Amino acid sequence: MIEEQFSIGDSFVHNLDPRVKIIVAIIFSVVVAVSTSFSALLPALVVAVILILLAKLPVGKVFYRLLFVNGLILFLWFLLPFTFQGDALFTVGPLVGTKEGVLYVSQITFKSNTILLAMIALLATIPISTLGHAMRQLYVPDKAVHLFLFTYRYIHVIFQEYQRLVNAMRIRGFIPKTNIHTYKSYAYLVGILLVRSYDRAERIHKAMLCRGFTGRYYTLSRFSVRTRDLVYLTVMLAAILGLVMLQWRVTI
Amino acid sequence: MESNNLIINLKDISFSYSGDKPVLDNLSFQLLRGDRIGLVGPNGSGKTTLLHVIMGLLRPLSGTIELFGKTAHEEKDFRAIRKKIGLLFQDPDDQLFSPTVLEDVAFGPLNLGKSPEEARDIASQTLVGLDLSGFENRITYKLSGGEKKLVSLATVLAMDPEVLLLDEPTNGLDDETEEKITDILKGLSLSCIFISHNLDFLFETTNRVYAMADGKILLDETLVPHSHVHTHRFGRLPHEHKP
Ligand SMILES: Nc1ncnc2c1ncn2[C@@H]1O[C@H](COP(=O)(O)OP(=O)(O)O)[C@@H](O)[C@H]1O
Ligand SMILES: [Mg+2]
Repeated sequence: MIEEQFSIGDSFVHNLDPRVKIIVAIIFSVVVAVSTSFSALLPALVVAVILILLAKLPVGKVFYRLLFVNGLILFLWFLLPFTFQGDALFTVGPLVGTKEGVLYVSQITFKSNTILLAMIALLATIPISTLGHAMRQLYVPDKAVHLFLFTYRYIHVIFQEYQRLVNAMRIRGFIPKTNIHTYKSYAYLVGILLVRSYDRAERIHKAMLCRGFTGRYYTLSRFSVRTRDLVYLTVMLAAILGLVMLQWRVTI
Repeated sequence: MESNNLIINLKDISFSYSGDKPVLDNLSFQLLRGDRIGLVGPNGSGKTTLLHVIMGLLRPLSGTIELFGKTAHEEKDFRAIRKKIGLLFQDPDDQLFSPTVLEDVAFGPLNLGKSPEEARDIASQTLVGLDLSGFENRITYKLSGGEKKLVSLATVLAMDPEVLLLDEPTNGLDDETEEKITDILKGLSLSCIFISHNLDFLFETTNRVYAMADGKILLDETLVPHSHVHTHRFGRLPHEHKP
């Protein structure tokens, strides 16, 4: 269901302290998201690509991930240039594409791809369980972390349950059509899935109680910041500062 | 009978889920230190319910539960005894909730107040004991059914319980894994209750088998596990042989 395609590896990026990666990913994304100048967005994209290369990720699979997001962005390309006020750049029949519109969509395209690449390089290279523990050490509230880890663990179980139900329907000749019978069957499917998930949650809680759970969650993981983490953090913060200066045209 | 040998003492327990038909009906049951009891019975006869009542996961409508010589009423009482009684759930997907095997096995020891290092050691050793070394960093949901069962067993054994309650431990296992679990359980010197439909398994691992029906344990119909190698139709169902 959720395949952690990129989480296992032995690259410079994989071996960094996950907390450092999370912090860098957040700051980098925020700076990219608020930047508007291409003199900042272009170098940011280069930085993201370098991170991907450092993580030694399979290029094909990374591209495949980008395809989904860019499918959505393609849709924006058909829409935004014609709905923005500004100087006319081109016309398609009665529609007028504006220069401002095109610039705006280009910005979105750059930003999305840059942030996605950075996320893949920095966050997708952390196994989900480690990500959970790193979040806790960064003072994300315990409840949020539990929610995150449990969702990850049980989304697979619920998906299997869903597949079992769908198969049970299929082997008895169910073919979805646009009729009441189909809608009713799907409603039952969703209903049963909810009930089963609830039951499951209850049994899991009981199993945890049996093992001495009292509401506090302890962890095995201890992370340590090493020299290379500090070097990486410094370099990345400098790079991000550079982007900020390019964006707001600050000169030293 | 020394009273401190009485580990589990259920007196006149009644329980029902929805209030109509009682699932446990004035049931009494005792487990002494060193007892190894097998429990058989048709589906829906209340075997799982019984184990959950013992663990305090379900509260009986009437009757008393005495565990290790103390009456257990509320969550607080049961909390203390859950360290001593280990329950293996029927469905391992209920038991394994951590992303990795090592974390899941270490969950119990951590709750018992062990340091991360100690918990890690205990977990690794338990896994080695079950012939599961190398599983530490496997993702729990990607294990096969048999592997999940074994890891679930590890999560229970890692808490070093005095009593072991296993709910259908061999269900859905292939012969090889079943043999492995049987061997492991034979080697443990714990008091235990094993629910199973598999009489061969119970013969190997327990010294008394009770049958459950209609919310009661039929003490007078105690089955004595006996060895006889033969096959016939329905040979797996409880059956007797004329001498
Ligand atoms: N969560 C529940 N809610 C309502 N009824 C239940 C629940 N769990 C079990 N039952 C009912 O209680 C009876 C005993 O169930 P159970 O103890 O699981 O039997 P066994 O383990 O012997 O197969 C069954 O009739 C079952 O339908
Ligand atoms: Mg059962």
